[in-house]
Amino acid sequence: MAEATSQSNRQHWLLSLPAVVMFLGLLVVPLALTAILSFNAFDSTRGPLDEYTLSNYIEVFTDSYYYDLFARTALMSLGVTAICILVGVPETIILSRMRPAWQGAFFVIILGPLLISVVVRTLGWSILLGREGFINTTLLSIGLSDAPLQLMFSMAGVVIVLTHVMLPFMVISVWSTLQKLDPQIAYAARSLGAGPLTAFRRIVLPQLLPGILSGAIIVFTLSASAFATPALIGGRRVKVVTTAVYDEFLSSLNWPLGATVAVLLLIGIVLVVVGSNRIIERKFKQVFA
Amino acid sequence: MTKLSIRGLSKTYAGNVQAVRKVDLEVESGEFLSLLGSSGCGKTTTLQMVAGFVSPSAGSVLVDGEDITYAAPEKRDMGIVFQSYALFPHMSVSQNVGFGLEMRKVKRPELEQRVSEALSMVRLTGLGNRYPSELSGGQRQRVAIARVLAIRPRVLLLDEPMSNLDAKLRGEMHVELRALQRRLGITTILVTHDQVEAMTMSDRIAVMANGVIAELGTPQQIYDHPTSEFAFKFLGHANVVEGEVVSADNGQTAVQVGAAIVPARTETVQIGHKTKLFVRPERLRLCSTEQGSIQGKVVTKLFLGGIWFYEIDSTVGKLRLTVTNAGTAQPQEGQAVGITWNDGDMQYVSSEAAHG
Amino acid sequence: MSNRSMGKNGPVSLIFHTLFTAFIVAPLIVIILVSFSDKGYISMPFGGASLRWYQAMLDAPELMGAIWLSIWLGLGAALLATAVSVPAAIAIARYRFIGRDAFTALLLSPLMMPHVVLGVAFLRFFSLMGWTGSFLALLLVHALIVVPYSLRLTLGAIIGLERDAELAARSLGASRWISFRRILLPLILPGVAGGFVLAFIQSFDEVTMTVFVATPGTTTLPVALYHRVALLTDPVTTSVSTVMIVGTMVLMFILDRVVGLDKVLIGKK
Repeated sequence: MAEATSQSNRQHWLLSLPAVVMFLGLLVVPLALTAILSFNAFDSTRGPLDEYTLSNYIEVFTDSYYYDLFARTALMSLGVTAICILVGVPETIILSRMRPAWQGAFFVIILGPLLISVVVRTLGWSILLGREGFINTTLLSIGLSDAPLQLMFSMAGVVIVLTHVMLPFMVISVWSTLQKLDPQIAYAARSLGAGPLTAFRRIVLPQLLPGILSGAIIVFTLSASAFATPALIGGRRVKVVTTAVYDEFLSSLNWPLGATVAVLLLIGIVLVVVGSNRIIERKFKQVFA
Repeated sequence: MTKLSIRGLSKTYAGNVQAVRKVDLEVESGEFLSLLGSSGCGKTTTLQMVAGFVSPSAGSVLVDGEDITYAAPEKRDMGIVFQSYALFPHMSVSQNVGFGLEMRKVKRPELEQRVSEALSMVRLTGLGNRYPSELSGGQRQRVAIARVLAIRPRVLLLDEPMSNLDAKLRGEMHVELRALQRRLGITTILVTHDQVEAMTMSDRIAVMANGVIAELGTPQQIYDHPTSEFAFKFLGHANVVEGEVVSADNGQTAVQVGAAIVPARTETVQIGHKTKLFVRPERLRLCSTEQGSIQGKVVTKLFLGGIWFYEIDSTVGKLRLTVTNAGTAQPQEGQAVGITWNDGDMQYVSSEAAHG
Repeated sequence: MSNRSMGKNGPVSLIFHTLFTAFIVAPLIVIILVSFSDKGYISMPFGGASLRWYQAMLDAPELMGAIWLSIWLGLGAALLATAVSVPAAIAIARYRFIGRDAFTALLLSPLMMPHVVLGVAFLRFFSLMGWTGSFLALLLVHALIVVPYSLRLTLGAIIGLERDAELAARSLGASRWISFRRILLPLILPGVAGGFVLAFIQSFDEVTMTVFVATPGTTTLPVALYHRVALLTDPVTTSVSTVMIVGTMVLMFILDRVVGLDKVLIGKK
């Protein structure tokens, strides 16, 4: 069924032409311009210069400020990913055991926030996390702590809110893998003498692993790319790569340096995605062909 | 009255996969011809080239002498019934049946008249306002047939149209569709992998294998006297026995099988040479050991309702045969039996495919 | 589909589930509650409820302007994205051609790209082209980044569809165009419409890329909200947010009716 109707040889070009034009003109060209910009020299009084230099890259690679910046971003993303796995996987399994009507309702509740602006969700958290916010007042009033916790403008706060933003992605990813499982396999394990925990650990969990891993990739990359949440919750105190780029572009106005950091962020994320997909493919290809 | 000619039709896909190789076929006006073969034999690709969905790599398709090889599907005036029926789910039965007429700019009163005519031909009168989802599988198929009959196509193409029906309904549709095709005198090509379907409906059958026509003839011709070993084995069951050429005279040879001398036309005319002969299970008869040309012992005996099925371990190898169940006692498993047949039932066929 | 083979949820599971759900909805509930406060600062409305912050929103011309700008931007971007991705989806689903996988990957690539990078790229691009502050330019790049959403839902609809119906129409005398308009389009319309709504939502919500290229004349609602929240949390941000939450819920309801929310959220490719 590969063939379309007769004289169709050029049809697909016409159909894909608008998209190709759009993506070349509005995506490939701007990205290329940004890459070029990252090689431009910069003078604080005269702005970006037309000379080409590696000095921006040298600065990023030698200055420990940028090293800390990327390390902080990676650690933050790893932390969010780990919590999302620890919380999201059990929750997805709990969801899968519910009756369909409940399942549907809770899916809307858990996944619905994906469609609500991240600024709105972050605003809600900033109300909850503030020094006089509801979490601190509650903790103080029930005596769980004697001084307000510093959650706003802290890494802990950023991780909490990012976890909230990213959890739906983990649930979605694990859920799609869970749907492909043959429920009889777990029964088979039970009938062969495995207890419920052993059946889960030895039979179900290994089959969920691809879903967990692909969810982890999504959560990690989206966390490393997140801007509004670290900017609003972390503020100036918790700077990550994205907020640093924003400052270079809109405060320091050092566009070439900002472009360099942005290009490195993009490369880093592409490497993570491509690299982990490789690993997943190599490891699970035979099993889940 | 439409005659369809297929000349040297070939289709080569990327990667040099030859789906169809130089197929020649003349479908006479009003004829019902089946392309029979297992999946991947090229029958569907051939049909799609006739319908205009796949463009041929070489060769031509002519309708009444007019070359339509590269014509757009909508310009061909062919009616095709798909395996999936391909009904338009968002249109009512009447809208489905009227679609082709609408495309032909047939005006309202005539369109309605022809739609109800087509629906009555397939005995669906009164169901025009239903939607496909509200119909049974058999009714959907009738809508698909009515939809193509409404445009009075020059050629009717049927692509495995019965394979989604249950066995009983399929048998009824074979008879009904055949009668309808005869009555309308419409030139028809059926693509199927079902031998019974091809045999019950067709004037002629083209057996396809590996992209070529391996056998072409009336159903009885190709069943009783196929020209190739492939066709003999593909259509029904074949018993293969080995014999020895005992005399050869002007292409007429005699082959000894067991105690019998079988007249046959073989390629090997050298006396003393071994040759293979073929015989259908229903042409072998059980008899007493003395009367039999071959002796053997019953290994398996199965009751299939209308017939008994036997497997015999004979002096010339394993043989399968069937005996009509007439209510009389039949030999038991382990019993020694004789086997006999009529002249002409055991025959020689070439091991080469005739057109391959 | 319920997959209950792994047993039933015990009390621990239910407690976990309750805490999880509370964690998910807490920030949204808080916003909605605070928006009805009658105090001049962020507080719960238990002392006294009022609609003063909704009035304040209506009285803030820059917020109302941003709402309308975001709506028109979202509609325009979704429309353009749909116009581009429907033919592209047909090409991907119905034809085998060299570069097809690369083409698909290119069209889905904005999903994977950090929006900060896109913001930087468009900021540079606009300043070189002299498009800074142009609504049309903003609309073009919004369309670009929402193409993956409309493409995915459209593609899902086409791939699930047998080609036979289109072939039947062709064979019955319909031209390519008529078979598209009368057969394929009506059959994939739910997917296309779902893609349009999802694309609208994504454009309407986009903040990270837009914050780079927005000018006073092209400030979208999330960007306006972002700047307000970054400065200080005054309660008018909560009334605006509540309106956005309710608006999203309405659109989610529409999406559920048109294509089914599970398809949109879980996204069968």
